[in-house]
Amino acid sequence: MTMRFVDEYRDADRARQYLRLIARTVTRPWTLMEICGGQTHTFVKSGLDRLLPESLTLVHGPGCPVCVTPLELIDRALAVAARPEVLFTSFGDMLRVPGSATDLLSVKARGGDVRMVYSPLDAVKLAQRHPDRQVVFFAVGFETTAPANAMAVWQADKLGLANFSILCSHVLVPPAMEAILGSPASRVQGFLAAGHVCAVMGFREYEPIAARHRVPIVVTGFEPLDLLQGVYLAVRALEAGRFGVENQYARAVTRDGNLPAQALMREVFEVCDRAWRGIGVIPASGLALRARYAGFDAARRFAVGGITAQESPLCIAGQIMQGLKKPHECSAFGTLCTPEHPLGAPMVSSEGACAAYYHYARTP
Amino acid sequence: MSDAGNAPVEYLGLQCPIPLSEYPQVTLAHGGGGRLTHALIERMFLAAFRNPALEPLHDGAVLEVPAGRLALTTDSYVVSPLFFPGGDIGSLAVHGTVNDLAMCGARPLALTAGFVLEEGLPMDDLWRIVRSMARAAKDAGVSVVTGDTKVVDRGKGDGVFINTSGIGVVPPGVDVAPARARPGDRVLLSGRIADHGVAILSVREGLAFETTIASDSAALNGIVGGLLDALGERVHVLRDPTRGGLASATNEIAASARAGLRLEETAIPLADQVRGACEILGLDPLYVANEGKFLAVVAPEVAGPALALLRAHPLGHEAAVIGEVVAEHPGRVFMRSRIGGMRVVDMLSGEQLPRIC
Repeated sequence: MTMRFVDEYRDADRARQYLRLIARTVTRPWTLMEICGGQTHTFVKSGLDRLLPESLTLVHGPGCPVCVTPLELIDRALAVAARPEVLFTSFGDMLRVPGSATDLLSVKARGGDVRMVYSPLDAVKLAQRHPDRQVVFFAVGFETTAPANAMAVWQADKLGLANFSILCSHVLVPPAMEAILGSPASRVQGFLAAGHVCAVMGFREYEPIAARHRVPIVVTGFEPLDLLQGVYLAVRALEAGRFGVENQYARAVTRDGNLPAQALMREVFEVCDRAWRGIGVIPASGLALRARYAGFDAARRFAVGGITAQESPLCIAGQIMQGLKKPHECSAFGTLCTPEHPLGAPMVSSEGACAAYYHYARTP
Repeated sequence: MSDAGNAPVEYLGLQCPIPLSEYPQVTLAHGGGGRLTHALIERMFLAAFRNPALEPLHDGAVLEVPAGRLALTTDSYVVSPLFFPGGDIGSLAVHGTVNDLAMCGARPLALTAGFVLEEGLPMDDLWRIVRSMARAAKDAGVSVVTGDTKVVDRGKGDGVFINTSGIGVVPPGVDVAPARARPGDRVLLSGRIADHGVAILSVREGLAFETTIASDSAALNGIVGGLLDALGERVHVLRDPTRGGLASATNEIAASARAGLRLEETAIPLADQVRGACEILGLDPLYVANEGKFLAVVAPEVAGPALALLRAHPLGHEAAVIGEVVAEHPGRVFMRSRIGGMRVVDMLSGEQLPRIC
């Protein structure tokens, strides 16, 4: 059985060819960061990370929306979800992420109306169907989910839905890359940029970053062969002393990206400073509702903006998401911190680097 | 099995025996033990399940038991929605328990059926479910010999919950147990994985695909019986990968046997549309539930004949050897990926949740 648009990117013979090509190209040690947690999972799940040359180090980037959502925002979500008048909706991935004391699934078990949706537009439909309930959508994610979340708010506004709001914690990739490159401890010499973020945003905004920091940035997809080709393009550039942006994921990404989606994002959101879990505040690294749409801000509607939280001192999620440490270098990994009893979000999210190592890569 | 809700059933009237004009819905009185309870039992349950052991409507059933060891199992069924492509809660409640017996190497003798009905359940729905159960039991060659009915207040159930217990006999010469897997054994899978879980999910979440994905719900005692008749003790382990999917079932075998398992991803049968649905939803098919598939761990010298036997059966024509038992990494399951790398196949932690992007 073959599946179009899937199997051609998982072909074992081609993979071997690329692995040989990469091995021949690499003459020195290099450290690459793949931005997106989905890419991390493909590397580890397909076992590719162990087939690459030893002198090539992959470090895992911050591109896990669940992982970078600050603890206090999860606590705010939990406070909103526990309110009797609220029907709280979220992507499935967020439900198990631990707040300071509990998680959304436990709030549901105690009687909170917490529902998993596949799209924020489903939450808008719920708000139409339940005019007596306050429907809240937990709007997290990178530039990938921002257009759909913007669309939900825009539609709710057009429909005049007074019972819909979002708890917003949108983050942006380029400022995080700048922060990582600007950190003196950073080892990263080249990036595999997140293909789906670039499908929305294009890659113009990466060009000045590549130039300023003199690094290669390869816009890369998520299938095994995408990643191998992305690695190859990055090491070829490094070996040749070249920097700049290359586009491996040309089947989905153009330089300008999806312009109508960007226009809708600009209509509903504005750039703001944003705290990243375990990393801290990165200037101009998030999206917040514009004043015109502030009525849809759940933090304001339910007055939970004052909730603050303290991270577990044992969790080194921030260092992992900046590529400073790998999951198995954490003293709590697999012992104090497991998917059943996570200390931090990277252990429970399906895009978290710690979860990838825990599920797919514990050595025999 | 897949069309129990629609196909004509010759041995039963299609008309619900509790006339709609009387009680279109289940009421609390149907569980009260009085006249309505008796009417429900006699006109619906007895009519559907009629057999000599059930007929006396006594507190329990008395059975003749052939030689061998007894196998006993119980399972509760709480599926939502009650009706789904490829089956319903009734057929599932029969198949699941029959399969649990079959995985012990037992030939199913009899089932019990306990119903917890929610007040307000349409009587017609109950009749469809009971009829489907009766048909599934008949097809599997097993009788429902005793049962129980309770009704709970509206809002305290999900339409209907069913518990079935099963009793079966393990014939002499059969010895299957997870601990019997040993290095060198081959791991066979009877067909494609993840159909059931994806079928349920697509109905529950209103996801439409180009073609309907149907549950694989089926009774496995026939195909398993054939394997055991031919190969006896050289069949070491039988396991149906239900909740938790293939990943959990193989991990349980590895843990019980204190041996390692090595699987080949490319050998695991998976329907294109199910694979596509899993790709879209971000689910790993290894963790998705099956209700009509089983794993057989067999001695290496009978792997060929075992595969041929499975493939000759309608429920096993896509059977495959998907891996082997190894002495290395005891208790752990590894899989060679499509691309040629090795990965751990871990137990599922909690439920699989679709990801954000």
